[in-house]
Amino acid sequence: MYISMNDFGTSLFDELRRLEREMSSSYTWPSPIRSAPRGEYPPINVGSNPDRIDVYLFMPGVDPAQLDISIQQSLLSISGERRLISEEGADYFRRERFDGSLRRVVNLPDDVDPDQVEALYKDGVLHIAIQRKEASKPRQIQVK
Amino acid sequence: MNTSETKSTQASEKPAATADQSLRPAMDIFEDATGITVLADMPGVPKEKLDIQIDKDSLTVGGEILLDMPSGMDPVYADVRKTRYQRSFTLSRELDTEKTEASFKDGVLILRIPKREAHQTRKIQVKAA
Repeated sequence: MYISMNDFGTSLFDELRRLEREMSSSYTWPSPIRSAPRGEYPPINVGSNPDRIDVYLFMPGVDPAQLDISIQQSLLSISGERRLISEEGADYFRRERFDGSLRRVVNLPDDVDPDQVEALYKDGVLHIAIQRKEASKPRQIQVK
Repeated sequence: MNTSETKSTQASEKPAATADQSLRPAMDIFEDATGITVLADMPGVPKEKLDIQIDKDSLTVGGEILLDMPSGMDPVYADVRKTRYQRSFTLSRELDTEKTEASFKDGVLILRIPKREAHQTRKIQVKAA
């Protein structure tokens, strides 16, 4: 006797269909050509307002001094390493945490000012705020 | 009430009731002679928003993500689309949950759950006849 996978209502095909649904629903924004596929480490969120662009990188347990953050033209790249200490002689049940070299590249709008960037590492999130150039900010025009 | 004994793994996972609303933190779990250690990645959670519940037979780790975000920000791209983490495990009886120690730094939670003295692995020496 063997038990078919289908008996559990979660056949391989159901699972694939679910993944497909998730993929298509998550890509609501057009992807920049340099964007990495989902699941790449670290995960990032990007926010934008007329004054600045905020990039959040979810990378806990990293020494911020070891990170390489650079802006070239309108490309922000973050690279570094996260090395985990493996416990010798212990039995591992799960090893899900990321271990290795990391790199993400974010395509910024053309009007960012590469001289006005602030980076802060807090609670395992690297927050990079990049100001837009003064000239490109919307201005309120007073009618006299 | 689940009375079935967990065999090889002493911390077995329960499907989260709120799985749709929360993220599953990535975890490393290992066991040595004196206890079980759980490391969980929960970036974006400040210490005061961390929520660990442990009793004799279950462990729930959760936390709320708070990002320092200026008002009027439009989300342009988001890999992280939920604002909290949650994950639960059932524990077996030889774990002395009252002696659990926790530390949380830079978004990494470390939990150490010791085994009761009587259950700690002892090396057995075979004497020569």
